[in-house]
Amino acid sequence: MVTTLVTRAVAGDELRARRAGAVTGRNVTAFRAGGAYWWLVISGMAEPLLYLFAIGWGVGALVGDMPLPDGRTVSYLTFLAPALLAAAAMNGAVAESTMNFFAKMKFAKLYDSVLNTPVTPVEIAFGELGWAMMRGSMYSGAFLVLMAVMGVTTPALALVAFPAALLVGFAFGAIGLALATVMRTWQDFDYMGVVQFALFLFSGTFVPVSSYPVAMQVIVQLTPLYHGVELVRGITLDMLSWSLAWNVLYLVVVTLAGLAFAARRMRKLLRK
Amino acid sequence: MTDGAPLISARGLIKRFGDFTAVDGIDVDVHAGEAFGFLGPNGAGKSSTMRMIGCVSPPSGGELRVLGMDPQRQGPDIRARLGVCPQEDNLDQELTARENLVTYARYFGIGRKVARQRADELLEFVQLSERAGSKVEPLSGGMKRRLTIARALVNEPDIVMLDEPTTGLDPQARHLVWERLFRLKQRGTTLVLTTHYMDEAEQLCDRLVIMDGGAVAAEGSPRELIERYSTREVVELRFGTDALEPYASKLDGIGARVEVLPDRILLYADDGDTAVPAVYERNLTPSGVLVRRASLEDVFLHLTGRTLVEA
Repeated sequence: MVTTLVTRAVAGDELRARRAGAVTGRNVTAFRAGGAYWWLVISGMAEPLLYLFAIGWGVGALVGDMPLPDGRTVSYLTFLAPALLAAAAMNGAVAESTMNFFAKMKFAKLYDSVLNTPVTPVEIAFGELGWAMMRGSMYSGAFLVLMAVMGVTTPALALVAFPAALLVGFAFGAIGLALATVMRTWQDFDYMGVVQFALFLFSGTFVPVSSYPVAMQVIVQLTPLYHGVELVRGITLDMLSWSLAWNVLYLVVVTLAGLAFAARRMRKLLRK
Repeated sequence: MTDGAPLISARGLIKRFGDFTAVDGIDVDVHAGEAFGFLGPNGAGKSSTMRMIGCVSPPSGGELRVLGMDPQRQGPDIRARLGVCPQEDNLDQELTARENLVTYARYFGIGRKVARQRADELLEFVQLSERAGSKVEPLSGGMKRRLTIARALVNEPDIVMLDEPTTGLDPQARHLVWERLFRLKQRGTTLVLTTHYMDEAEQLCDRLVIMDGGAVAAEGSPRELIERYSTREVVELRFGTDALEPYASKLDGIGARVEVLPDRILLYADDGDTAVPAVYERNLTPSGVLVRRASLEDVFLHLTGRTLVEA
């Protein structure tokens, strides 16, 4: 009852997990049926791995060891790997929640038929996000296994980092959904790609944010991937502290805001 | 809900899109077990009305109750008991015919096992069992429409809403759809449909409203409407020319009424077989004569001055 009231207030509609789950289930069915889809997921895995080996090993040999804030030094590969994990969680979630969601809404008109059922726009948003997360968790899980095997983190820390990577995915999935509802043409996705790549480069991924000029540090700290990188890196490098709670809070707020925005926009777009 | 209360009740229902008024204050009641039709040309406001009843489009004014509930506040509860077959087949292209039905059932919160069972029964009902494993794309237009109708039945709805169920289908496919809809009607399912085909309305509807320009122009059973606004029979006369007005004036008094269309003259008479000789008695020699039963098309023409097709 309380959650009903809350979602009504935030998203303007009812939210039931079962119905959101049916939307996720639809994607699972489609995924199982479509052969080509597998390749999309596998290719999504390939990108962070290529970066890991090319930059981590290649550039890492030139850079040498990285000093951590707590006084320890680690190899560049160890420093880089968790950031690539966060970025992969971002890319996976954004790909599913923008491109595929946009295509379903605008071209396949999929939701026109779904909205004739009891399913509400906010349930569609949650259901699609759930699916984006399933896809994202496949990327993240496989990457974490690899990190543990390579010894850049411990299996125990990898387990803790898994839900953190999921949270990063949630936040970007929600942002993606929100953006997809304001996109008009495929061209708009090019701009998004540029922003996404800038986030990838400047969120403390390759170098510590402290090496940037102060003004830029402030800007970076306002962007979501920075918080994802901080959180995941803090966990896998065993630098657990209360500052991670701030990163978690930031990502949770972004997730909820993104979902609420997406649900409201969808209602406007689809319930004319 | 008490017995006899209408399943759908609209009073002064209005839908506006910006400055444009699509539905302009209509009153409609649909009762349990009847097949109710909205007949009218494109742009008459039929689909907008259907979308408001289906709780996917908020009314701009007036009162609307569906299954005794308020569409604004109880949308999900109402939609749970409606089956909607939209004008465009918006089937899920990534899924097979059977997966379409099972997945759709899941949106209604129906358990997997029951969903599968219903999917198979419905595929049987719309004669698509053999195509159960086929993706949507290779299916013919008629098959897609039947699958969309099956999808609308997956939640065992109290009301089935069909927006132009046979538009764009070839005659054979239309008859198959009509036959299945007629069977639903016999089972006591309440049907609400829109159409711009008068034969469809005459075949399927117990009662209908004729809509034009967002308003209800007339209401009744097909028979009543024809009796009220037309004669029993119509004589269609062609004279091999488009200048028909002079001929029309010479026909005065033969039937109840004369209507001039771009390519022919309609002579409204209760008995066509006595009207035709009367035409020849006035020294008129039409190049084509057809005596037919009056139809809803004639009613529409009388009410609006336009044919359904040209409107």
